[in-house]
Amino acid sequence: MNLFKKKRKKNYPDFWMKYEAKFEKKASYALPEIRFVVFDTETTGFDYDNDRILSIGALSVKNNSIHISDSFEAFLYQHFYHAKNIEIHGILQEERHERITELEALIQFLDYIGNSVLVAHHAGFDKNMINYALKRHGMPDLKNKFLDTSVLYKRTLINSPLLPVKPQYSLDELAEKFDISKKDRHTALGDAYITAIAFMKIVQKLKLKKNFSAKKLLK
Amino acid sequence: MKNTISARVADFLKNYPPFNEVDTKELESLSEEVSIIYKVKGEIIFAIDEEAHQYFYVVHKGAVVLTKEPNDEVVDLCDEGDIFGLRPLIANENYKIGAKAYEETILYAIPIIDFKPIIKKHDEVGTFLIESFASNTRNPYSNSYRGKLYEATSATEQNRVNDKELLDLQGVPYSKKLITCSENTTIKTIAIKMTEKKVGSVLVVNNKLPVGIITDKDLRNKIATGLFPITTRAKNVMSSPVITYPKKMTVTQAQMAMMKSDISHLCLTLDGTTNSEAVGIISKHDIMFELGNNPAVLLKAIKRANGFKKIKAVRRRIMSLLQGYLDQNIPLTLTSKIISELNDACIKQIIKIALNKMDAQPPVKFAWLAMGSQGRSEQLLHTDQDNAVVFENVSQDQLEETRNYFLDLAKIVTKGLFDIGYEYCPAEMMASNPDWCLSLSEWKERTFHWITNPGPDQVLLSSIFFDYNLAYGETSLVNDLSTHLFETTEKYPNFFLHLASGALQSPSPSGFFRSFLVEEDGEYKDFFDLKRRALMPLIDGARVLVLSHKVKLINNTAERFEKLAELEPNNEELFLACSYATKALLKFRTKHGLLHNDSGRFIALTKLTKEEKIKLKRSFKTIKDLQELLKVRFKVTNLLN
Repeated sequence: MNLFKKKRKKNYPDFWMKYEAKFEKKASYALPEIRFVVFDTETTGFDYDNDRILSIGALSVKNNSIHISDSFEAFLYQHFYHAKNIEIHGILQEERHERITELEALIQFLDYIGNSVLVAHHAGFDKNMINYALKRHGMPDLKNKFLDTSVLYKRTLINSPLLPVKPQYSLDELAEKFDISKKDRHTALGDAYITAIAFMKIVQKLKLKKNFSAKKLLK
Repeated sequence: MKNTISARVADFLKNYPPFNEVDTKELESLSEEVSIIYKVKGEIIFAIDEEAHQYFYVVHKGAVVLTKEPNDEVVDLCDEGDIFGLRPLIANENYKIGAKAYEETILYAIPIIDFKPIIKKHDEVGTFLIESFASNTRNPYSNSYRGKLYEATSATEQNRVNDKELLDLQGVPYSKKLITCSENTTIKTIAIKMTEKKVGSVLVVNNKLPVGIITDKDLRNKIATGLFPITTRAKNVMSSPVITYPKKMTVTQAQMAMMKSDISHLCLTLDGTTNSEAVGIISKHDIMFELGNNPAVLLKAIKRANGFKKIKAVRRRIMSLLQGYLDQNIPLTLTSKIISELNDACIKQIIKIALNKMDAQPPVKFAWLAMGSQGRSEQLLHTDQDNAVVFENVSQDQLEETRNYFLDLAKIVTKGLFDIGYEYCPAEMMASNPDWCLSLSEWKERTFHWITNPGPDQVLLSSIFFDYNLAYGETSLVNDLSTHLFETTEKYPNFFLHLASGALQSPSPSGFFRSFLVEEDGEYKDFFDLKRRALMPLIDGARVLVLSHKVKLINNTAERFEKLAELEPNNEELFLACSYATKALLKFRTKHGLLHNDSGRFIALTKLTKEEKIKLKRSFKTIKDLQELLKVRFKVTNLLN
């Protein structure tokens, strides 16, 4: 009980206030009305403190439709540059994509996602990557609800002693299971696309289970 | 905003007309406006009389069925790359046909507002639209208009066009990949080429002009009889001059032409005379394939298929053949034999294609096993795939490398099976799973473990695995494994007790007042589970009885009961009743599956006629009698729970 150390309300920049304001209205729980933003980040590595985001790709899914015009793709300037990552991501520093700063990318991303439900494969990683970037610019964490396709996928598996459930399912495995082409794999938007299709198929499977509700899904 | 996904959409569209006529830049900017829509199997895309959407659709993955009133008659089936729902947008009217996802489908929805300028700008696109309106191209499914963007109003107003009339209109499909040789090619070379390419004829050309034709018949009549040596030249043997026709001909015309000249191959040339370039060949087989669904023709088509997609097309025709058999009330024993044979051929062909796709030959001999319903030859409809691989024993240090080869092969095969309509097994009982891709000695060990430690899981695994059937590969491996199984079960008869109690685990089909018991929750609430409650008890019962009699090589449940009736004359009546019930239930399931385009496992009771219900109930009595027999024979009662 420390009444005097009451959290001081910070003065956040306009873009953050605008983003925050979008959460004031209560979100809908009708599945066809929910805007899901499926996203993926490509990074220089797995260390939240030292590694940086190379690119962010995101698509919106609403009522089982992806509108390509409502998608997001940003490539960031790189100060941290690990040669070993080129192999995986194929993003070369000199490549032709137009680049923006980390802050600019965050501003655009926040504007794009709004209060949508965020979906990613192994979402914890992408979430942290964004949150650490926000922190570097003095911003609090993302306020959105998160869904992780790797967790959701496990819920679709049949409960059978004959089927050992693995602790992890990679995006490649999901792509194979759901017959999704692995073209553009390891680009942020390409991976986001695979995740989005897998996500729609997973939700469809979950819907058939008893006691399914959108509210529960988002819990 | 051009991005990775719009580029991907453009990349897909550019392969299909009319988008192939649009230049890359425009196609890319069109793609930026596309929506990607996921539809579950059976989901409606638009209904008849619904107001036209702002989009028309291109099938990216899956298939869409177009239907019209009355009775939801199928008008067309759209596959990957096909366009539908465009006409109402141009004519400014409501939809006159309905569209529904036939399979799980991904659609590209293209806004008409962005497409209209393209029609105006590119004459070829406009021409395509008009041509597809005016011409009939081939479609085996309907009395209809494949590839048509406008539905022909005249035809909708006409009463049904019947199939025969249609053949008069259908353009004949011909193979454009000509197999040719010159006049001086030796017969031996030609025969080798024909064998390689799996064709029945070779066109002899001189400067691209057809001068003669050599068919299988010529080889038989002129070479095998010793009339000419195999070293002779093409010009000595060929039939000449070639009978040529222009390429725009209908199925009926082609058929007439063959009858008229009593020949089996027609050569198509640019202007229809021998003085222009040869562009294609029509064989009698091509015509037969167009004319109808006949098992022999389908079988040949499967064997000629060089890609999964082609097999998928044949599979759909197998389904309509099946429908025909059921409509005509052909005995199920015969029906299931034919359909299983065709299904088998599909699997074999898929494995052959997969083997071709591998970089190397199999390191050792192997056998591909079909398990479950497929192994029992009871799979009339597409259900899940259950399969396994057994390969020859290899030394320990080569085991993993060998397994990896077969796992890679199995991945291609299971994907191929998936592509033609067999869902992946939800419990991963597939040869692409390392647990189901074992060497002979590993299989022996594993089955030995199941038989000697019969817990519920082991019994379940055995009941799926023990119905295996060789689908492709080395027979001796399978025989060896079967012998091992029988020897082991003989030594451990306790296993039968567990297998029998497993067979009694299926929930009862009817309640105390002889009412149907339906599912209580989940997706199929209030549906009757025909498989679990009625078919499984029969299948499981037949298996344990037949195994205990050491009967080999009979996998089919109905046939197993017939054999049992023969072996146990005192129970003949019951077993024959079981055999009858199995067939009746299987037929029932197949009919319902075809009706709803699903596995037919779950039945909506409200949709059954009284007669159907009585028939079903009659089979329940037989099931109950069978279960009593199992209880007494294997003394299961005192073990249960």
